[in-house]
Amino acid sequence: MKNIVSREEIIEMSGTDPAKCMKCGKCSASCPAYDEMEYPPHRFVYMIDQGNIGPLLECVGIYRCLSCYACVDRCPRGVEPAKLIEAVRVIAERKKEGNRIKAGELFEKADADMPSQAFSAAFRKYTK
Amino acid sequence: MKRIGVFVCSCGSNIEGAVDVCKVVEAMSKEPYVVYAANCKYMCSSSGQELIGKAAAEYELTGIAVCSCSPRMHEATFRKAAASAGLNPYKVEIANIREQCSWVHKDTAEATGKAITLAKAAVSKLCRDEELYPQSFPVTKRALVIGGGIAGIQTAEDISNAGYKVDIVEKKPSIGGKMAMLDKTFPTLDCSACILTPKTVDISHNENVRIFSYSEVESVSGYVGNFTVKIRRKARYVKEDLCTGCGLCAEKCPTKNVPNEFDLGLGSRSAIYIPFAQAVPKVAVIDPDSCRMLKDGKCGLCSRVCGAKAIDYSQKDEITEEKYGAIAVATGIDPIDVTPFDEYSYKNSKDVITALELERILNAAGPTNGRLVRLSDGIRPKTVVFISCVGSRCTEEDERGKTYCSKICCMYTAKQAILIKEKYPDTDIYVFYIDVRAPGKNFDEFYRRAAEKYGVKYIKGMVGKVCDENGVLTVKAADLINNEQMMIGADLVVLAAAVEPDKTAKALASKLNASIDGNGFFNEAHPKLRPVESPTAGVYLSGACSGPKDIPETVAQASAAAAKIIGLLSKNTLESDPCTAHADELKCSGCSLCANVCPYNAITYIEKEFRMPDKTVKIRRVASVNAAVCRGCGACTVACNNGAMDLHGFSREQILAEVDSICS
Ligand SMILES: Cc1cc2nc3c(=O)[nH]c(=O)nc-3n(C[C@H](O)[C@H](O)[C@H](O)COP(=O)(O)OP(=O)(O)OC[C@H]3O[C@@H](n4cnc5c(N)ncnc54)[C@H](O)[C@@H]3O)c2cc1C
Ligand code: SF4
Ligand code: SF4
Ligand code: SF4
Ligand code: SF4
Repeated sequence: MKNIVSREEIIEMSGTDPAKCMKCGKCSASCPAYDEMEYPPHRFVYMIDQGNIGPLLECVGIYRCLSCYACVDRCPRGVEPAKLIEAVRVIAERKKEGNRIKAGELFEKADADMPSQAFSAAFRKYTK
Repeated sequence: MKRIGVFVCSCGSNIEGAVDVCKVVEAMSKEPYVVYAANCKYMCSSSGQELIGKAAAEYELTGIAVCSCSPRMHEATFRKAAASAGLNPYKVEIANIREQCSWVHKDTAEATGKAITLAKAAVSKLCRDEELYPQSFPVTKRALVIGGGIAGIQTAEDISNAGYKVDIVEKKPSIGGKMAMLDKTFPTLDCSACILTPKTVDISHNENVRIFSYSEVESVSGYVGNFTVKIRRKARYVKEDLCTGCGLCAEKCPTKNVPNEFDLGLGSRSAIYIPFAQAVPKVAVIDPDSCRMLKDGKCGLCSRVCGAKAIDYSQKDEITEEKYGAIAVATGIDPIDVTPFDEYSYKNSKDVITALELERILNAAGPTNGRLVRLSDGIRPKTVVFISCVGSRCTEEDERGKTYCSKICCMYTAKQAILIKEKYPDTDIYVFYIDVRAPGKNFDEFYRRAAEKYGVKYIKGMVGKVCDENGVLTVKAADLINNEQMMIGADLVVLAAAVEPDKTAKALASKLNASIDGNGFFNEAHPKLRPVESPTAGVYLSGACSGPKDIPETVAQASAAAAKIIGLLSKNTLESDPCTAHADELKCSGCSLCANVCPYNAITYIEKEFRMPDKTVKIRRVASVNAAVCRGCGACTVACNNGAMDLHGFSREQILAEVDSICS
């Protein structure tokens, strides 16, 4: 990865603070995609808090997250792990393409290769 | 002639570190009326106080200004020093050059300048100080304890043992609180009832103690040493003095299936009932919402079977008024409502229960006679899952939970796991935890015993969801050490629900003029140094009403509160702070604005005769302040449109002089 992504950048993008995590693991206990993730949500949060973001950008888990928000819903500390995952995913996607799409262009761009998670995440972002 | 001494404290390096104290001394020695100015390393030390005495004698000082820490720290110290030097103690002013100056400024020039300004303001005020004398008033030698849990019982017991009278007001039909509901208690596993009952029985026979059960505090007026309290004695429909507690009425009552509050609704009771076998007082009570006689006037069976003729369907709530010198709050804690935690299925499944419910199930006098069974099918559970921290340690935004650690649940979870293992060793027990918090004498050892000796499986991680599908519970959790998600089929799930203050705490606090924190726990006067006193004089805190506590801690605090109360009641008179409000009767128009804002109800109105310039006599209504009740908050002085209200020690003239001095 050429540009190192900072913890602060992720916090700014996601609007959520990994330092609030008390490491209870309720997010990972709730996650339906747990078995497919190299870094389950509690660990994802921890790695971001440590600034260890490189491996996260490369992991397949960012595309396995269903954006179901179970982790966000149940986290007792209001950490919102899925939003952190989403931020990392967006950065990973941006790095790949190097350009951004407008909401109106979404539908024509959509094809079988577009990860559905990116689609729903983009929608959440653009419809705010 | 005013002769003022200024004493500038270095506070070690606390003040000297940022303020040039020599410059302050030099500046102050040039101020009008200042005849003496000096620096001292520690003004609060005995040499500092001697310095005040010596200077007062040598320079014939009439007032003393101390530039030091906050008056909250040492005002009393310096007033005493002034008094021993023969001055009126209210001719002392303090310029706070520590908290308000050296601690908040880094730049020496700036800090020194501000210290001089504050010192000058203090001298300006001091020049207008009047000599004040405290009033003394008598102390009612009786205490009130609100709440009859173990805390209230212990406080009452200790006060009565010192020879003073005590009343306990308990809102439920019996005293005992949560402890009466528990099975065995950590860390020694002694039976809760076995250690509590001797105390409740003793207190009920104690001549110095009256128990107002099924009663609540209606209103409180007065002040430390002289509270007047109205107590609502709720109608029991049973004459307390006649009922023998035989229980025949409850046996014969045809209305049986009322959920039993004492068993948290897990068992049932009749419309007339005695809350539990060891209830104190052991007197029946009729629940008017389910009694047929009270609802439709048809039945009256209990009255017919009662040999003692104790039933009285016409009983009404009664209000009694009592006087007290001191009040202890002992209103305790309750588990929070866990129904909003949908993920744990408490609402949908009978086999997901709270820890307090499990206490009742494990208790031999409980709804299952102490047999551990599932409430859905009466079958003994083989796999039990405990979930800790349910609703504790949440973020502030979380509407379902609390931000604090409930402190007792780690320990009672270990206890309950051990109790189950002792009775049914073949039970598989899992405890899901975030941290196990067991600081306390023999506490960690106790928890380790659960894990090591009893084979309770402690798993670091939380439960995400409990599903109830056709009576089969599935627990989905994370094992953070093994790095895996687990699914456990469980027969019973126990939630370690957070505890919160009693629901009545807020309303009670406002009646007492005591304060509560954001969570509804009673505030201490000082969290470290005055843990059993509320900020309101004469109101003390006993047990878990000021924060989650286990029984040992509750009892220790309850005795500490009693010691403070005994100290108060042992005085024949108390002295009031003379810095109180007073009305200038010539300016007062009797408009009532001041009485409306007074938070302590210290202001009343009197009709007074005034001789007018034309020699006629006019009767006018004017404000009159009860100096013993007035706390000198000053609210009335700003409310009065006519400028008739003023405060001794903080008069308008003095405050303006300070402001003038700062602005000039
Ligand atoms: C499930 C569970 C298990 C526990 N196990 C243990 C254990 O094994 N060992 C241990 O040391 N501790 C244990 N505890 C903690 C223990 O219950 C508390 O430490 C103890 O009950 C605190 O006593 P208290 O008197 O302060 O409060 P409480 O027991 O709550 O008593 C307060 C009393 O005040 C009354 N009251 C409330 N408001 C008013 C009002 N406005 N007017 C009049 N009366 C009022 C209430 O009705 C109640 O009777 C456990 C707690 C729970 C929830
Ligand atoms: S939002 Fe993603 S990380 Fe969170 S629980 Fe759902 S799948 Fe797991
Ligand atoms: S649920 Fe929240 S507090 Fe718990 S580990 Fe996950 S992010 Fe951290
Ligand atoms: S005492 Fe233990 S279970 Fe209770 S809130 Fe604190 S850490 Fe959680
Ligand atoms: S507000 Fe002033 S004028 Fe009105 S009653 Fe009080 S003292 Fe008198």
